[in-house]
Amino acid sequence: MKFEIAKEPINIQSVIDQVIQREAGAITTFIGTVRELTHGKKTLYLVYEAYESMAVKKLEQIGTEIQERWSGADVAITHRVGKLDITDVAVVIAVSTPHRADAYEANRYAIERIKEIVPIWKKEQWEDGQEWIGNQLETVAYPKGEPEAKDLDE
Amino acid sequence: MNKLLFFAHLKDEAGKESITIDAAGKNVAELKAFVAEQHGMTKLDSAMTAINEEFAEDSDIIQEGDTIAFIPPVSGG
Repeated sequence: MKFEIAKEPINIQSVIDQVIQREAGAITTFIGTVRELTHGKKTLYLVYEAYESMAVKKLEQIGTEIQERWSGADVAITHRVGKLDITDVAVVIAVSTPHRADAYEANRYAIERIKEIVPIWKKEQWEDGQEWIGNQLETVAYPKGEPEAKDLDE
Repeated sequence: MNKLLFFAHLKDEAGKESITIDAAGKNVAELKAFVAEQHGMTKLDSAMTAINEEFAEDSDIIQEGDTIAFIPPVSGG
């Protein structure tokens, strides 16, 4: 499946294999991992939760948006849910395109859109407590909007 | 009847994943206000709403049988 919510560790190569095409001159892969320190605060582990059926639909929508914007692009995305430890892989995005610039741009677009419209939430477990995290910008996501320059820093 | 789904901190606050009520005829904003009052939920205002797995506007009217999900700001990736 090209767009998937996984409960087990993600096989990175199998995501890449989904976008192999003879027309492609480039495949970019983004691997999102669990970071230990955020602004000096130590994370012990994360728990990701998804509204799974809608999340798959929204990942598919991102794939469609990319194919409309970057001609000849092929996209596969797998996001993991459940308990993840530091360094574990949370999300893998593979994009293939005829030329490399498009593959980089389209992959960046995919992760920014995930952070806007895909119903997945993470709960941070720190040494001294836990909290569900809203989006990192403390703003409300706009489901039909697009990432702005200021949104691209996290 | 309509199934209402809660996620993340909203699920913790509601103490359950879902409830079933008759919401047909209400718009999204009215439903949020109703659920907030009936279930003492304080953070519904900042949640988006999905009807049958598509994002909805405050003015959208709920139909019999629709599944409604309250979507807190997402934090995947």
